[in-house]
Amino acid sequence: MALLDYFLRKKEKQVTTASKAKERLQIIVAHERNNRNKQPDYLPQLTEDILNVLRKYVQVSDNSLSINLDNKGGELNVLELNIELQDENSPD
Amino acid sequence: MARIIVVTSGKGGVGKTTSSAAIGIGLALKGHKVVLIDFDIGLRNLDLIMGCERRVVYDFVNVINGEATLNQALIKDKRVSSLSILPASQTRDKDALNKENVGKVLEDLGERFDYIICDSPAGIEAGAMMALYYADEAIVTTNPEVSSVRDSDRILGMLSSRSRRAELGLEPIKEHLLLTRYSPKRVEEGEMLSVEDVEDILAIPLLGVIPESQAVLKASNAGEPVILDTESDAGKAYQDVIDRLLGETVEFRFLLAEKKGILSRLFGG
Repeated sequence: MALLDYFLRKKEKQVTTASKAKERLQIIVAHERNNRNKQPDYLPQLTEDILNVLRKYVQVSDNSLSINLDNKGGELNVLELNIELQDENSPD
Repeated sequence: MARIIVVTSGKGGVGKTTSSAAIGIGLALKGHKVVLIDFDIGLRNLDLIMGCERRVVYDFVNVINGEATLNQALIKDKRVSSLSILPASQTRDKDALNKENVGKVLEDLGERFDYIICDSPAGIEAGAMMALYYADEAIVTTNPEVSSVRDSDRILGMLSSRSRRAELGLEPIKEHLLLTRYSPKRVEEGEMLSVEDVEDILAIPLLGVIPESQAVLKASNAGEPVILDTESDAGKAYQDVIDRLLGETVEFRFLLAEKKGILSRLFGG
């Protein structure tokens, strides 16, 4: 009874599995992106403080320090500091 | 300067190697010098899809370890002379690759080729990170299915935080969405995420839509990348991908199901 199926099917197509999939994905992806991009508020201040400490001992420019908090999944967070020191022998 | 393009996905089995092979052949047929690199150390498969598995003598790890030169390891494609393949090793441990030695090989390849296509392993482990690290562009291969879309989004996160371009604060990797195994009929029946759905969620520009096609399995059986099957829908769709990669604007095809006649609708079949 293909004819009957054809009319009946129209009705039950209201909420498709594809739209359920899209809705679930939108929620989980938004959530995961949020976690991914979240850097703590204290990072800029921490960067400034570290730079100030460094300046007591060596010459460093403002952009010689990069700082990054990386969530390695679960409980493990890694605070990554990268400090570029100028060559002591160079004239500047 | 060679364009380094990584074909990546996060999830396995979505069509990375099939796509890498098709894109490599397609670009080479347009006259560009192309090298395809298999980054799946321990599980090489690009050689099979390319049909050159019996010509592998040396591999990527041999080159890295200085046991072979690039010239010895590169396999020239028999169909398109401007295409070469650098196979992955089958047995070595995957820690053989690191940023320095991979960077050196890519630099050497960059002097000889216009395009370096990196076929990434699945997952987000070291091998996948290595494949994407030096990329200028990324082709994020995705199936219209929840786990694949979610994993693709994870990979997008990696591209924007773990790549060389991200670390050096350079212009970000150019991202492309390649939707594979697309079935317009199932989309119309509400059983499969549509192109628009996936575009909405991942929010990156669409490079191509490859329909679910019998031609893909036939192509891998024969070791003839599907783009060479110019009569097939998948072959044509990959051809469009090449044109778009080269900057042309090409209308998307194979997005709609074939319309059934009124008779078959009424009486089934």
